Amino acid sequence: MTVEETRASSGNDFDDFPKGMRVLAVDDDPTCLKLLEGLLRKCQYHVTLANQARIALNMLRENRNRFDLIISDVHMPDMDGFKLLELVGLEMDLPVIMLSANSDPKLVMKGITHGACDYLVKPVRVEELRNIWQHVVRKKVDPKSRDKSNSSYDRDQQGSEGGQGPAVTGNVDQDGKSSRKRKDDEEEDEENDQDDVDPSAQKKPRVVWSIELHRKFVAAVNQLGLEKAVPKRILDLMNVDGLTRENVASHLQKYRLYLKRISTAASQQANMVAALGGKDASYLRMGSLDGYGDYRTLTGSGRLPGTGLSSYAPSGMLGRLNSPAGVSLRGLASPTIIQPNLAQSLSNPAFGKFQTIGSQAHQNPNFFQGIPSSLELDQFQQTKSTTQVGDFSAIDSHRSFSAATNSFADTRAAVNSSNLLGTGPSNPLLLQGNTQQIQNGLGFVNQSSVNVPSLTSDSFNVGTSGSSNIMDDGRGQEWPFQVSKFSSNPLPLNEPFNTAQMPPNSMIYNSSSSSIHIQNSPMQFPSNSTISAPIEDSRGEHQGGLVGNFVQNVNQLPNQRFRQHKQDYTNNSNNAFSALSTLSNSNGGTTPFSQTVDQDNGGYNRRVNGSVSSIMQHGETEKSPMNMKMRSTDGYILDQTKSHGGLVPNNYDSLDDIMNAVMKRVQTF
Amino acid sequence: MDIVNQLQRQYVDFLSSLYREGLLDDQFLQIQKLQDESNPDFVNEVVTLFFEDSEKLLHNLAIALSVDQQHVDYQKVDACVHQFKGSSSSIGAQRVRNICVSFRTCYDAKNLEGCLRCLQQVKDEYYLVKNKLQTLFRLEQQIVAAGGAIPIMG
Repeated sequence: MTVEETRASSGNDFDDFPKGMRVLAVDDDPTCLKLLEGLLRKCQYHVTLANQARIALNMLRENRNRFDLIISDVHMPDMDGFKLLELVGLEMDLPVIMLSANSDPKLVMKGITHGACDYLVKPVRVEELRNIWQHVVRKKVDPKSRDKSNSSYDRDQQGSEGGQGPAVTGNVDQDGKSSRKRKDDEEEDEENDQDDVDPSAQKKPRVVWSIELHRKFVAAVNQLGLEKAVPKRILDLMNVDGLTRENVASHLQKYRLYLKRISTAASQQANMVAALGGKDASYLRMGSLDGYGDYRTLTGSGRLPGTGLSSYAPSGMLGRLNSPAGVSLRGLASPTIIQPNLAQSLSNPAFGKFQTIGSQAHQNPNFFQGIPSSLELDQFQQTKSTTQVGDFSAIDSHRSFSAATNSFADTRAAVNSSNLLGTGPSNPLLLQGNTQQIQNGLGFVNQSSVNVPSLTSDSFNVGTSGSSNIMDDGRGQEWPFQVSKFSSNPLPLNEPFNTAQMPPNSMIYNSSSSSIHIQNSPMQFPSNSTISAPIEDSRGEHQGGLVGNFVQNVNQLPNQRFRQHKQDYTNNSNNAFSALSTLSNSNGGTTPFSQTVDQDNGGYNRRVNGSVSSIMQHGETEKSPMNMKMRSTDGYILDQTKSHGGLVPNNYDSLDDIMNAVMKRVQTF
Repeated sequence: MDIVNQLQRQYVDFLSSLYREGLLDDQFLQIQKLQDESNPDFVNEVVTLFFEDSEKLLHNLAIALSVDQQHVDYQKVDACVHQFKGSSSSIGAQRVRNICVSFRTCYDAKNLEGCLRCLQQVKDEYYLVKNKLQTLFRLEQQIVAAGGAIPIMG
């Protein structure tokens, strides 16, 4: 893929790259931002400015393809530059250059580990900026250079996308496919073959495992008997045009893993339920904390582009997803992973189970306390997810979308375990587990069952919401993309949430994802704000079903507060964020927030983001105690449990709604 | 025209002295280079933003350091000084930037007295460079008003 092609595919009208390269500059310092603008214009780049990370994220989420490169300051009041870096890398996979007045090697190292393409020290000179286009080209030309886990993902992208950046949603489907098959040679071959056959094709026919299709599949399998079900015969029985034996084979594999997971989950569930009986929150907390700690070790450096996760999730999808997951797992990882599951669950017959889980969830509103149990669950899930990961990738967006419901269930479990709400530390660990499940796709059913116990917990709800969103996101082509993204991005969780709610969200996929993260973020979003955001947004909007319900429930409190007293919220959010203490910023932040809130953008995400951003800025603890706490600090998470508890019941009720919403989306999509 | 030449000479001399005294460094020159037909007022815009931002930062710093020893929010001080360092270095206000560097050692050591001293110093340097830059802009306006072109330093 030549630079021209790349540029052309990316929507750049300029033929003389690097001239006209679209750069997004983010810096809260107006002087530096202005200077940056001048410098970049001098290099004849096309410049867009953002003085807040939140705004930048919104823009990016709205349209990933709008920019080629991002330059971001490290020290920003509303969001740490490194976090933005992570998110952008995870969600959009765009090159990010860090900028700082501080040349401390430790920070430079941090930038590198978080995935920055470059690290510039202020004051920046025009000569330094003249060469930054190399990062854009490098990313597009050599995606395989990225971590291995992403390789298949990248490979797919290259082959199928024909010049699109890795983040292109179009590739998502394909990547999802290829990433899914990580472990599975057969699948990989299938994928590879497809890719090889038409490497430059922009679109490869993707099999979307719709609910009907899946039902047929399951019916065929049941008819033949699971042991005797071979792809050829299943294919014959299904009698669907355009379906190849390979499609069935990969789906069958996923399905098998899924069933295995369910059975395992069922047993685990029993354990968990027993464990939860006493509602030993403190105990749980401890458990989760430990998990978290471990997770942290796992995640290590800020960005683990799949390396961390790759161990679990062989699927290519995970590549990108994984990395964020690794990173996000710290705080948020699960959200991303959860997505895949969700998608799967949708399509799965587990759908019914999903509902069941929901009911269970209701029963145990205080599951949150039981998070530690979820921790166990996570472990369980983790194992499951590894296998499934491959499956997941196979799931095309459509499927993912449907599956999302399943994953939703899982997510929930995962979420719960991850301590989205309060267990913070543990969450990362949990999230991982969940994520894996999701990725496995097959786990959908299992996930649901597993999740049931966790459903009750507040965090669970959060997770589910996230997952549901994921599903929605996945609806479009984006979903696969998202899925992968999710794993890596803490945000993904949030996204699903948003997208599910609004069909237009698919466009906003990026943005919604981000918003989702934010909302659900307690787990995922290191930046506390995300978690609260969803909650707030949900208020205003009636998210698709999944998201909406969840959001509403979760955010009810915060939303109300937010609406009425945006200012207050932001101020409050400061607390939540802990990190954000700049009142001035918060004030500024309020504006964006209110804007987003007031706007009825296509994406729920926007709103979420808005709220999120406000949250982020203000660290409002009240609103999304769960979320906020989760993310910002480990300590926070613990506090959240309370709020979650109440929410849980709400979410579950909406499970059906969510499912319906998801289904609708699938269909509309 | 004689008056234009005179003003231009004045301008060059003045600007050179600023460089010589270390009030401005090469970065300011870079900013001037960025000003062109498509961006005719660039330097002025950037510098104006710098002034506005700096006033805010100084104000916040004063507030943060006006409390007693135990309650000083050094994080906030760090954030302000860091930003001030970044913006001043972007403008080329060298002396201001240097004070920020030593300011950092003071708040890292949680030395309130040292911080207050640094705050005063940075204020002094800031107002000095602000004054000089405003004079410079006035000269530029005069030159333009007289029909001349602003000399570009090599």
